[in-house]
Amino acid sequence: MSSPTLPPGLAIQKADERIMTLNVGPQHPGSGHMRIIVQIDGDYIVACDPDPGYVNRGEEKMAEYRNYVLNVPHLERPVIHDSCNILYPYVLASEELLGLEIPERAKYIRVIASELNRCVYTQYWLAIYGIFLGHSTMFMWPAGDRELLIDLLEKMTGARVTHSYFIPGGIRNDLPANFEDVCLRQVNYFEKRIKEYADVFYDNPILISRTEKTGILTRENAIKLGTTGSVLRASGVDYDVRKKEPYDVYDELDFETNVLKTGDSYARSRIPWLDMMESCRIIRDALQKMPKSGSVRVKLKPNPKGELGSVYKRIESGRGALGCYIVSDKKTEPYRVKLSVPSFRNLIALPHLLIGEKLGNMPSVYWSLNYWPVEADR
Amino acid sequence: MSSDSKVEPAEKSEDPKTSTETKNPPPKPSPPKPAPKSEPELPAFEKSIADRIVEKFGDKTSISSIKTDRVGIKVERDKIHEVAEFARDVLKFDHADSVAGVDYPQDKEIEVVYHLSSYTEPSLSRQILELATRAQREEDPIPGQDATRLPSLRDIFYSVEFHEREVFEMLGVYFEGHPDNRRLLLPEDWADLPPLRKDFRNKGR
Repeated sequence: MSSPTLPPGLAIQKADERIMTLNVGPQHPGSGHMRIIVQIDGDYIVACDPDPGYVNRGEEKMAEYRNYVLNVPHLERPVIHDSCNILYPYVLASEELLGLEIPERAKYIRVIASELNRCVYTQYWLAIYGIFLGHSTMFMWPAGDRELLIDLLEKMTGARVTHSYFIPGGIRNDLPANFEDVCLRQVNYFEKRIKEYADVFYDNPILISRTEKTGILTRENAIKLGTTGSVLRASGVDYDVRKKEPYDVYDELDFETNVLKTGDSYARSRIPWLDMMESCRIIRDALQKMPKSGSVRVKLKPNPKGELGSVYKRIESGRGALGCYIVSDKKTEPYRVKLSVPSFRNLIALPHLLIGEKLGNMPSVYWSLNYWPVEADR
Repeated sequence: MSSDSKVEPAEKSEDPKTSTETKNPPPKPSPPKPAPKSEPELPAFEKSIADRIVEKFGDKTSISSIKTDRVGIKVERDKIHEVAEFARDVLKFDHADSVAGVDYPQDKEIEVVYHLSSYTEPSLSRQILELATRAQREEDPIPGQDATRLPSLRDIFYSVEFHEREVFEMLGVYFEGHPDNRRLLLPEDWADLPPLRKDFRNKGR
């Protein structure tokens, strides 16, 4: 596309009398900076070119200068309200490199923290989805109910959103006294609350008419494009890393994955909501099966060194499979850290969904991808 | 702490020795070497995948690591396209989870690692196939116009499209046959070294 006289990255485009090019973004639409260049013919989108990168922080480069423990607080920054899940694969991978065996209680607490965080993330996402569709009740309710779980996480970790709770070797601190009872009560109430969303949002004919049969991603395309998480499962592929490749104690817990077959925006917006109910189920099950006492982390040597080699670990985050690839050269810092984030993997689907859609449907299709710009840019 | 400081000098004394020895012969692929520690208990299914690839492509490929659910294969750059085609058509891997570029200035090479996975084949749902290949590395890179090139796998695995664009801008590896070799995350006017190369240093570090 770029002509040889231009530096790579720049391209010249001819103006057209019929087709209009629109820049959507990169203002902050509630979710981080991201630009979508769309070409419209009348009301219909004929071409779409997503342009991420406005919030690229160089997390992967920064990780090459810090040791395995110091990397924890900054690597969670790309998605602060899903911070436990974005740290999870990094922590699992560095544990394999450092040769650490994790206490059983820490594994359960990690699963609980990760599921609470998934709900916190999904609530935030749902609140913004409400805003995108002009449904302000759906902004207020999730933003308010999210506080229930944020309070729980604050009790566990000491911070509202940037927890830095998972560290190589386990978790930073044990649960506070009486946490199990409080957690069970809050989670039960939370589940009761999110079931009420059906009345106001998911069974709402206005939402259904705006999202049904828009932005359809077929099963074949979902697989070909390598999408993940709710986007993949809304297109009828039953793939959840928690089920397919269980990490920590997910193989001992009782839950199901949610799959819908239509592959439209409505299905993509419904899957995260159904997942939250499964999360509540997982948390209750984990609270019951968790060892009631015991250590929660193994003691690290000062400045531990990773063994020679590379590790790729993946987990299921609030948006989909999140992988972390660490190459170690026997130093205290990792040689290379690569985060393969679900937002970046799902971004490739955006042009496929938008072409042929009406411009007015763009916000609902874009946000149904469960996309988080800051995470995609890292 | 004491055990740490014991390891350090041994490593330091070894490093210059190997570097002087390997000045003239072709450089050894040093950092990610296979760890033949768990030789007797290699997982059977993972080994069978690796063996099928090595059997088909002979000495153009080599096994770098076999762990539970993970198979690592090193491929020569002129065979990567065929190996990927074999992985898709015969082994039934259907998408790429991640594409990572790793810079090895001491070998004058840049490694690109494809992590392939499968949604459709139930027996592969836990597996990740790591295909690693290496491109020549230039001291003064002109991204897109120097010898740092690899064949693109976009025509085999559609899902690598954005990943390869990211590797291109972050490490300067040009993918031949990629339909859209533009920048993705970096600003259009970025005129410095590709930032994930080791000789690009963060300020103050």
